[in-house]
Amino acid sequence: MSTETKIPRPAFDSSACASCPAHNAGNLLKLGVDMSDWDYVVALGGNPNTGKSTVFNALTGLRQHTGNWPGKTVTRAEGGYSYKGDRYKIVDLPGTYSLLSTSLDEEVARDFILFGQPDVTVIVVDATRLERNLNLALQVLEITERAVICLNLMDEARRYHLEVDDRRLARDLGVPVVPCVARTGEGLPELLEAIHDVATGETVCKPYRLKNESPVIRHALDALVPKIKEAFPDLPNAQWVALRLLDGDQRIIEALNKGELGDLTVQSPLEAEPAASIYLDLEVTT
Amino acid sequence: MTASTVLTADILQTADNLRWEVGPGFHEQLMENIYAEASQLADRAVTWPEEEPKFDLDRTIDRLVTSHIFGFPIMILLFALVFWITIVGANYPSQIIYDVLIGRIYPFLQQSAQTIGMPWWLSGLLIDGMYLATAWVVSVMLPPMAIFFPLFTLLEDFGYLPRVSFNLDNAFRKAGAHGKQSLSMMMGFGCNAAGIIATRVIDSPRERLIAIITNNFALCNGRWPTQILIATLFIGSLAPFYLAGLISALAVVSIAVLGVLLTFVVSWSLSRTMLKGEVSTFSLELPPYRPPQVLRTIGTSFVDRTLYVLWRAVVFAMPAGAVIWLISNITISGTSIAEYMINFLNPFGVLIGLNGIILVAYIVAIPANEIVIPTILMLTVLVTGINAGSGAGVMFEMNSLAETKTVLVAGGFTLLTAINLMLFSLIHNPCSTTIYTIYKETGSKRWATISALLPLAMGFIVTFMVAQLWRLFIGPG
Repeated sequence: MSTETKIPRPAFDSSACASCPAHNAGNLLKLGVDMSDWDYVVALGGNPNTGKSTVFNALTGLRQHTGNWPGKTVTRAEGGYSYKGDRYKIVDLPGTYSLLSTSLDEEVARDFILFGQPDVTVIVVDATRLERNLNLALQVLEITERAVICLNLMDEARRYHLEVDDRRLARDLGVPVVPCVARTGEGLPELLEAIHDVATGETVCKPYRLKNESPVIRHALDALVPKIKEAFPDLPNAQWVALRLLDGDQRIIEALNKGELGDLTVQSPLEAEPAASIYLDLEVTT
Repeated sequence: MTASTVLTADILQTADNLRWEVGPGFHEQLMENIYAEASQLADRAVTWPEEEPKFDLDRTIDRLVTSHIFGFPIMILLFALVFWITIVGANYPSQIIYDVLIGRIYPFLQQSAQTIGMPWWLSGLLIDGMYLATAWVVSVMLPPMAIFFPLFTLLEDFGYLPRVSFNLDNAFRKAGAHGKQSLSMMMGFGCNAAGIIATRVIDSPRERLIAIITNNFALCNGRWPTQILIATLFIGSLAPFYLAGLISALAVVSIAVLGVLLTFVVSWSLSRTMLKGEVSTFSLELPPYRPPQVLRTIGTSFVDRTLYVLWRAVVFAMPAGAVIWLISNITISGTSIAEYMINFLNPFGVLIGLNGIILVAYIVAIPANEIVIPTILMLTVLVTGINAGSGAGVMFEMNSLAETKTVLVAGGFTLLTAINLMLFSLIHNPCSTTIYTIYKETGSKRWATISALLPLAMGFIVTFMVAQLWRLFIGPG
C-alpha cells in the first residue's frame, strides 16, 4: 500500500477515508484488482465497438488485438501506465449498451463502477453515434461523479461531415469531454491530462443527472430519494440507487440489506462481507 | 435493531410500495426517459451535414454483402481468395526456410555433434528428434500462417466478419442456437480455445453449451496447414498446373464450409436432444466499414497470431520430436514401439480409410494439431524404411513438396487417404488446450468429455462411411 503523501481528494468526496490513498483498496481487491503498486485506478467503459480496446492499447502500450466487431472484449483486461509521476491501473470493461443489468457483461461493468469505485471512469463514446452512446454515458454518470468522456472516432465524424461540439457537450454533461482518434493517437495527451485532473481532484465534476420528467417516476423518486439520502448521507448516487430499487434490482436490494451500500460511503472494506457474485463474475482468465 | 437497519427496512418498504404505484411499465418508462434525455443532449452537440450525402458507400456495400442472393457466394469467394493467395504465396518462402533450416543447419549440427563426440543416442534425440521436428514445423507452417492470418485480420478489421454473422444468424436461429454463436465460431477459425472463451457473449447457458461443443467444427489455426498441404499435394495435383492453386483453395474452402454445416447440424441435434430450450433474441450491431490500418494490422496479427501459434507449435513439436524419436528407436525384440502401435492400429485405420500411422500421429498430436503432418512424415519414413541412411525416426531432407508426396505415397497414401485425412482433421477431438478450456469454462468434467468424444466419434463415423462408399463406387483406396 502506498504511503506517500497524496494530494487531497476532491471536495465532493467528503468521507473520512477518502483522503487516504488506499481508501478503496479492499473493495477493489475483492474485485480482483491488486492496488498495491498503483496510485489510481481507471475504469474504461463504453458501447461495444467504439474503440475501447484501441484506447486501452494506446494508453497502456499493450497490443491486445482490436477487432472491428461488437463484443470483442469479453474478459476484463487490465494494464497500467505512469503519468506525471503517478501510476495508473487501467481496467478495460466489457462494452455494453446499458448498465441496467440484463446480461452478464452489463453486470460486470456495473458492479465494477459501483462497488469498485474507480478513481476515474473513462467513457469511450462513438462521435458518429452520439445519441445512442449517451444512453450509456448518462447511466454511468448516475453512478459515479468522477468521469471523463473520450469522444472517439472523430475521424469518422469528419468523414461524415458531422460537427460535434465537444465544449457544449462538456458543459451539458458536467464532465471533461476529450475529442480523440485513438487509432492515430490524436487527442490522447489531452485524455491523459483530463484523467489526471479528475483523479487528483484538480477538475471537479458536476455530472448531469437524469431529470426523469415522466410524472410517475418523478413522484416515486421524490418519495424515495430523501429516505436514501437520510440513511446514507455520503452516497454519491442516491437517485440511481432509488431507480434500481424501484426496478426491483435484486443485486442492489441485497447490497442494501448486507450494508454494502454503506461501504460505498463510509469505507470499512475489511469488515464487509465479500460479495460472492462479484468474485464469480469477475474472474479473469488469461 | 440498530438505527441503520430500521432505515434500511423503511427504504425497502417504501420502494416496495412505490413499485406498485409506478406499475410494471417502469423499466420501459425509465429507458424512454434516458433515451429522450440522451437524444436532447446529442441534438444540442451535433450539427448534421446540410444535405444527406447522395451515395452512402457503407449502405451500398452492406446491401450487397448481406443480400439474400449474393451474400453467401461473396462470402465463399472472399474466403476462397484468401486461401488461394495463401496457398500460392506460401510455396516460395517455405522452400527458402526449408533450405536454410534443414539443408544447411541440420548437416552442420550433425557434423558438430560428431566432432565433439556426442553419443549417438543424445545427438539422435536432440538433433534428429527435437531439432528436425521443430525445423519442419517452422518451415511448413510459418509462411502460410504469415500470409493467412494478416489477410483474415484485415477482413476482420475492415468490418466484414459481423456481416458474416448477420448472414449466418438466421441459420443459427433455425438450428436452435444463439445468433452470437457465429461470432464465437469466427474466433474458432483462429483458435478453438479462444472461440470457447468468446462464447461468454452468450448469456443463456443452454445456447452457450451448444456454442462450446460445436466450436470444434470451426477449423482452427493448427489444422489449416494440414488442410492446405494435403489439398495442395493430392487434390490440386489432379488439376492441370495452372488450375492447381485454385482447386486446392476450393478444396480447403469446402472443408471449412463442411465444418460450418456440421456446426448447424450438431447445434440442431443438440437443441432437440440434450439441450432443449427456447432461442433467445439479441441485437447485432453492424459496425461501419473502417479502412484497416494495413501495416499495423499485419504487425499485430503477425505477433498475436502467427508468432503465438508458431511458438505453441514449436513448444509442442520439440517434446513430440523427442517422443517420436524414442518410440522409433526403443525396440522390443527387434521391433520399435512405434511399429507395434502402428501395426496395432493399422487394421482399424484402414477400415476408416486412414492408416495406422495417421492414428498414431493423432495420439502423439493431442497437445497440438500443428504437429500432425510432421509426425505422419516421420513415422512414414520409419515404417517404409525409405531414406535408410538417416536412421529410424529421423526426418530427412525434402527439397520440395513433390518429395513430401513421394514419402506419403510410399507410406500407402491414396486420394482416399488424403480426403479422409482432411475430413478427420476437421472432425476429431479438440486439442488438449481446448478441452482444458472447456473444462474451465463449463466447470464440468461431463461437458468437457462430451465435447471431446462427440466429435471423435463423428470423425470415425464420417471417415468410415466415406471409405465404404469410396470402395463401393470408385475402387480400392
